[in-house]
Amino acid sequence: MPFDFQPSDEQRMLVETTRAFIEKELYPLERQIDKLGHVPPEIGKELKEKAKAVGLYAANMPEEVGGGGLDVMSQMLFERELGKVNWALQKFVGRPSYILMACKGEQIEKYLLPTVRGDKSEVFALTEPGAGSDAMSITTRAEQDGDDYILNGGKHFITGVGEPDFAIVFTVTGMDETKRGPRKRITAFLVDRGTPGFTIRRGPRCVSYRAYDNWELFFDNVRLNKRQILGEEGKGFAVASEWLLGGRVFIAANCCGKAERAMELALDWAATRKQFGQTIGKFQGVSFKLADMKTEIAAADALTAYVCWKLQNGTMTDGDAGMAKLFATEMLGRVTDQAIQIFGGMGLMEELPLEMMWRDARVERIWEGTSEIQRHIISREMLRAKEQ
Amino acid sequence: MKVLVAVKRVIDANVKVRVKADGTGVETQNVKMSMNPFCEIATEEAVRLKEAGKATEIVAVSLGNAQCAETIRTALAMGADRGIHVQTDVELQPLAVAKLLKAVVDKEQPGLVILGKQAIDDDANQTGQMLSALLGWPQATYASKLVINDNGTANVTREVDGGLETVEVKTPFVMTTDLRLNEPRYASLPNIMKAKKKPIDALTPEQLGVDPAPRLKTLKVTEPPKRQAGIKVGSVAELVDKLKNEAKVI
Ligand SMILES: Cc1cc2nc3c(=O)[nH]c(=O)nc-3n(C[C@H](O)[C@H](O)[C@H](O)COP(=O)(O)OP(=O)(O)OC[C@H]3O[C@@H](n4cnc5c(N)ncnc54)[C@H](O)[C@@H]3O)c2cc1C
Repeated sequence: MPFDFQPSDEQRMLVETTRAFIEKELYPLERQIDKLGHVPPEIGKELKEKAKAVGLYAANMPEEVGGGGLDVMSQMLFERELGKVNWALQKFVGRPSYILMACKGEQIEKYLLPTVRGDKSEVFALTEPGAGSDAMSITTRAEQDGDDYILNGGKHFITGVGEPDFAIVFTVTGMDETKRGPRKRITAFLVDRGTPGFTIRRGPRCVSYRAYDNWELFFDNVRLNKRQILGEEGKGFAVASEWLLGGRVFIAANCCGKAERAMELALDWAATRKQFGQTIGKFQGVSFKLADMKTEIAAADALTAYVCWKLQNGTMTDGDAGMAKLFATEMLGRVTDQAIQIFGGMGLMEELPLEMMWRDARVERIWEGTSEIQRHIISREMLRAKEQ
Repeated sequence: MKVLVAVKRVIDANVKVRVKADGTGVETQNVKMSMNPFCEIATEEAVRLKEAGKATEIVAVSLGNAQCAETIRTALAMGADRGIHVQTDVELQPLAVAKLLKAVVDKEQPGLVILGKQAIDDDANQTGQMLSALLGWPQATYASKLVINDNGTANVTREVDGGLETVEVKTPFVMTTDLRLNEPRYASLPNIMKAKKKPIDALTPEQLGVDPAPRLKTLKVTEPPKRQAGIKVGSVAELVDKLKNEAKVI
């Protein structure tokens, strides 16, 4: 059957287990860690162990490397449930960066396997103060010195839980002359915490996902060996695009889960809160908001499922992933905003999770490529098809 | 010792149940269904017995329509070893379930049958007791603690009105679970994947020689009456007055 929206028994149970896990282990911590601004290490450790015990840890990674081996559609359902709780907590149900599958030789034992086991944690370090959407403009450089490279520069907005054990750092290792002018050679390195010259500092406080650590990385003459190159020299972006295909569409799935949670809260409130002698859901001004929310979530879910299906079948394009990410993240912004409107003043109070979800939703339109960049990717693909 | 667990598919505990417009029953179309929570507790207890080396095999049984296989699959993912699905679209009442279970027990010869004390859909609280009578086995209902002894007996702590009562029963016996017996686990991902390969045997009531036809007729199903809104009283004196003269309870 080419289209089948019926989850398998395994997928249904995966969703049930994930839901039970977040409701029992993660929701109760949400407010406390948001106030604290970070997850205390001992709590983080415990959550990681619990996630491992139910086999959810690294469920996204292939079984051959010790992961859960979920297929794309199952990962979508998994991400959709995890999305209901903020990133600072859902991150402990580890989903190691898939780019680590590019590890070769001794890198497998040193980086890939310990990360899948949950013994090490990584960060993905591309963005710099001077290079956000325009990733090509990074200036962190690694200059060759025999078999070594000397790394200088810095990164910001690098998120993870707790101080990372190593960073996947994108650097410039030289220049190529092309027909369209000079082009940077981008290379990804695996850089261990504790390497001389590598400092990690806590970044500024962020309004979204307050307890999700955001780091600044500084490299001052950090000596790296060529064995620390992930993929090949000069092929950094190729490695990233080969292995990180699913990232954006899973962000979309994550946002669909968040939106559903906000809608459920708003629905309960609309069905019970009384004004003018009746439940506010009886006012069309409120009920139509609910109808719009449900419709938009269903549309985002359907688009996400379609794009995941293409990913599973090897036909997804960057534009497809961009559409899902764009629509789901913007939908989430509207749904959380309208949910607050249905709650009125209570929606803004810290007693309820809604104001947190509303704040958290904001970053979804910025990270992993802003909405504008997604539109750029989608339209570029459309126009290219028309190029003479 | 082989343990048989009965698992029932019911409307999920978090769903607000609605009566069908024609009053013949409750709406089950497009409603989330789950394993009866007391059956989850029964399955969990069986799995713990196996983990403790007291049980050798766990067989999960469900009776009803095709979708009951999902409920069995959930039990398998929690740790049961295999399933038996007695397939029928007939509405099953407690006596029919007890007779069907007896037929399965006769085939399987378990040392212990664990059931929920009741199912949260019709709250009948009859099946375990009827099964024990049909089998002529001891019963220990409303269990909050189970200890299997080495001499072919078990001690079961029961929640009764006055407190806790501990009974000793000889194996084989029938036990029904109360809420505080244990806290059921959620299936782990590896076990969910393993469950896929575990066998589920399909049987029919005819094969078991049981006529499951209902013996009771449901006349009408209605919503519970809506609660009347309360009132606020201004003072203790007014409260006492109302209790005395309106409610006439003091
Ligand atoms: C909380 C948080 C966590 C993050 N985690 C990580 C991480 O772990 N690793 C990592 O590498 N990065 C991370 N980032 C960085 C994130 O990916 C960037 O913030 C994002 O790519 C945007 O870059 P910028 O913030 O520099 O904005 P800019 O690129 O400066 O953009 C500013 C504005 O200009 C618009 N704009 C830019 N170019 C165009 C264009 N061509 N057309 C139209 N509009 C355009 C943008 O859409 C935006 O509205 C994180 C960011 C945040 C906020």
